[in-house]
Formats: sequence, structure tokens, C-alpha cells
Amino acid sequence: MKDKIRIGCGAGFSGDRLDPALILVEKGGLDYLVLECLAERTIALAQKRKLQNPAQGYDPLLERRIESLLPLLAKNKVRLITNMGAANPLEGAKKVADIARKMGIKVRVAAVFGDDVFEQTDPGALALETGKALAESGELISANAYLGMDGILKALENKADIVITGRVADPSLFLAPMVFELGWDAGNYDLMGKGTVAGHLLECAGHITGGYFADPVKKPVEGLDILGHPFADVFADGSAIIGKVEGTGGVIDLRTAKEQLLYEVVNPREYVTPDVVADFSTVILKETGKDRVLVRGGTGKTKPPTCKVSIGYRAFYLGEGEISYAGAAALERAKLAGDILEKRLKNKVETVKTDYIGLSSAHRTLFGAPTPPYEIRLRVAGKAASPELAALVGEEVEALYTNGPAGGGGVRKYVNEVIGIVSTLMDRTQIRPEISFFES
Amino acid sequence: MIHFQNVRKKISIVNFVRLLAMKLYDIAHSRAGDKGNTLTLSLIPYEEADYDLLCARVTAEKVKNHLKGIVSGEIIRYELPNISSLLFVCHDALSGGVTTSLAMDTHGKTLSYALLEMEI
Repeated sequence: MKDKIRIGCGAGFSGDRLDPALILVEKGGLDYLVLECLAERTIALAQKRKLQNPAQGYDPLLERRIESLLPLLAKNKVRLITNMGAANPLEGAKKVADIARKMGIKVRVAAVFGDDVFEQTDPGALALETGKALAESGELISANAYLGMDGILKALENKADIVITGRVADPSLFLAPMVFELGWDAGNYDLMGKGTVAGHLLECAGHITGGYFADPVKKPVEGLDILGHPFADVFADGSAIIGKVEGTGGVIDLRTAKEQLLYEVVNPREYVTPDVVADFSTVILKETGKDRVLVRGGTGKTKPPTCKVSIGYRAFYLGEGEISYAGAAALERAKLAGDILEKRLKNKVETVKTDYIGLSSAHRTLFGAPTPPYEIRLRVAGKAASPELAALVGEEVEALYTNGPAGGGGVRKYVNEVIGIVSTLMDRTQIRPEISFFES
Repeated sequence: MIHFQNVRKKISIVNFVRLLAMKLYDIAHSRAGDKGNTLTLSLIPYEEADYDLLCARVTAEKVKNHLKGIVSGEIIRYELPNISSLLFVCHDALSGGVTTSLAMDTHGKTLSYALLEMEI
């Protein structure tokens, strides 16, 4: 057993930058690299791709990330854990083994699956968000349970160099190597809580290294174009030191750590994962050097009897159109255009939403009385049952080119299918993580 | 920061209060997060000494009033004295939820700066 391991987080979402992970593996002195690439809806979109092609459904960037990482992982003896398997961990793992074989690199790849519980899901079960039966939301297309660390742990025990998972709770991707390397007892909920705190601090990558934290006026951060991603030295007692590679951009300090600790936390005393109900309110943070924060405290009690399941359903088609107005009476002209579009679209699409970008589109409200901006972009969105109907929104915006008001320009139009997500709870006895191994 | 040497000595109470009027942005930072239709907003003072001031002035009721155009449901405030920070958990706040809202910013990621607009 080790008394310390170093885990890096090289991606905090599916579309994250590719190079920070390379720097972590090359210069970070890591034992493990984690790439967290699955948001709530990402897996439902991946399920859609898998329905179209059974060999697809893993992360669209998997090949590019793996091709660039593999030689460095092998050279520096760093093990990789990632949820880039998305809707298809088996095909994702096979693909990784294929790539390694072509590159002449010997690796053992594990696919951790069993999170796909579509077959076991009762469409009559109640959605947590609506209180109504799941099937009432729309045509169900996916059901993925949040697995804990168990499957990954088994993969590591069976000497996997690379672990490709589907839906696993984000902190569990980090907790698994801690439990495996530091010899923790999975029933020691205090340690599970501490490990979950460290995992949560790492899971959004550039969040804790000052990226999404930065504000040039109040929170200036140097080197955002070469932002480093974080690693943690996790010790046997559950304490951890968060850091990043020297020479990379960004900052790690009390401010960045606090912002990330509370990110997306709906109850700091009960942060629920499949492995533990953790208490973040007891966490103590301390700066111990440049870009180093010590994390202590954090506790845990029990683990929940149920697991959360994310259900994807076909919601509607979203039609959008945008047009700009600038100069004198820009806002008045944009508002006239908005009125015209609402009248023209109201009997054609279900709901019409008008936004004035530059004035009130992001916050949906106004604080005080802002001065009208020099230019305004009108954006109109509508829900429709078919892509053809949704396209009417953009078509009507484009028609303003000749039908007025004056001086509208820069039209863009979009149609997208919207996959909605609701969740439900499933007894953990109904969910079994499974593993397959592939050698290159 | 008020430089008292620059403030005229015979300053009226009204003007003094106006000088003191500041936004949360001046003394604290925040990050927004989302879970379904629930919005989370942290509030972290730059100076830990300002934590008590935030606890006293930035109550759940005041935030609810400030965000009335955004948050329809209940707002719960958690105090985290260990890290001198507050957390506001705002229910029914994301126009029906991240995945099916027609809003520009479906996640409500920009809303941290809506909280920081609040005057204290």
C-alpha cells in the first residue's frame, strides 16, 4: 500500500481542451489521470448516436484524446480512468485497444458498464423533477444509473492500465484509485467522504486552477491561454494537497478552492454519491505554497440505498433565429422586430421566446435602469413537434431582411432536436457493474 | 474602498450612506451551478472578515427579493463558517430545467453575476 498517490484531472467536460492532460502526464508526476467527460445530457446524446450506429456512442473526442495521450501514459507509467465510454464503454474500450495496437503500445483496457438500465427501468416510475410517470415526459430513449467506484476498483485490481466507463458519479472516478492504492476500507465512510471532497475539487479541471474563476477586474488570473489542469496528492489519512504543474497558467488558492467546493452542491451537509453521503461543511482549506491548497476535514456517513438514474427522452425540436440592430433606435427596432415575429409565429410553433442580447437575454431580468446599448441582437426561440415546423422560426427571422424593420443584419438560424433529462431512483440491488478486458 | 481623507468633513448622513452603498461584486465572488431546475450560488467574501457582514446583510429573503425575476421557488441559505462562505440553493430557477429551457443560458451559468449585482 502507498501512503500517498497523485491523481490529475485532465478534462472537466466532453469538449474540454486536449493539451492540459498531455502536460499533466508529461510533467505532473502522476500516478493516475482522470478525464471527466460526461455531463447530465451528454450520455443521452451519446445513446442517440448508438441507436444510429451500434459501434458508436462513446465520446466523440475519444480517438483524438487517446492517440495523443497513449505514448505519454505508457512512458510515464500513468494509469487512465475516464467516463469517455459514455453510452458505449465496450466499443470505446475496444477502440482504445485498437489504437494502442496500431501504435505498438501494450496496454490492458477495461470497460466498466452496467450503468445502462433502460431494460430495468419502469416507465411508470415517478420522475423526481415532475412527480409524474417517466413515460409522460415523452418517448424515453435512455436510462443510465450513476455507478459508484466498485466497477473501476475491480478493473484496477485486475491490472487494467486504462479504465473506460459509462455513467459513473464524477467523484467516484477519483475515489476508486484512492481506495485501491491507499488500501482504504470502502465501509470507512469518513475516508470515503474525504476522498469524495478531493474528487469533487478536481472533477471540473480548470475550475479550481482559476480558469472559470477569472475576472479581469476583481479576480485577474495570468496565463488563461495556457491554463494548467489540477492534480491532488491524496494521503492515507484522507487529506489532500491540490496543485498544478509549474509553468502552466492559472492559479490555485483559497478563493478558487472555495468556489469549486461549493459548485453544484445542493446540500453541503449531504453530498450524495453512490459511494457515500459526504459532509462538505466540515472541510478546512489552507494555502501551503504557490498554487497549493491543503484540504482537510470533510466527513461521511453511510451510503444511499438507491442510485440516481438519468432518463433521456425526446422533448421537442428547437428552432432559433438571430438578427442584429445597431446605432440609433437599435433597441426600438429590435423590439419591433420581436413583436412582428411573435405575431407571425404564435399559431405556428408551441412557445415563442424573445431575447434581446446585449440587454437582458442572459439574466432574463434587469437590475436598475441600464442605458440602451449601441447594438442589440434579437434572438427568437420556439418549440415545435417537427424539425420542419421548428425551421419556421429561423425562416421568419430571415424574412425580416426585406420585410423590415430597417437595418437588421447578420441573420443566423438553427434547428436542433432537444433531448430532455429527468431522473428517478433505483434500488442498488437492481444495478450490477460489469467489466470486460481488452488487450492491445 | 472609501478614502476618508477625501471625504469632506461636514458630510451629510444621506451622502455617507450613499458612499457606503456598494454591490456584492465589490466585496465577494460567486459561482453558479445547476442541478435540474435548481440553481446554486456560492457567495465568498474576498476578506474572510466580511463573512459576518454577509451573514447579516445577505439573507435568503433579501436574495429572494433581488432575484425575483429569476427564481420562482424557495431559496435556502447554507452558512459555511469553516470556509467563510455562504451557499444559496434556489429552487425552480432555471425556466423548467437545463435540458428543456428555451433560455439563452440554459444552465444559468451567468447568474452568479446576477447575485453580485445586489446592493448591500
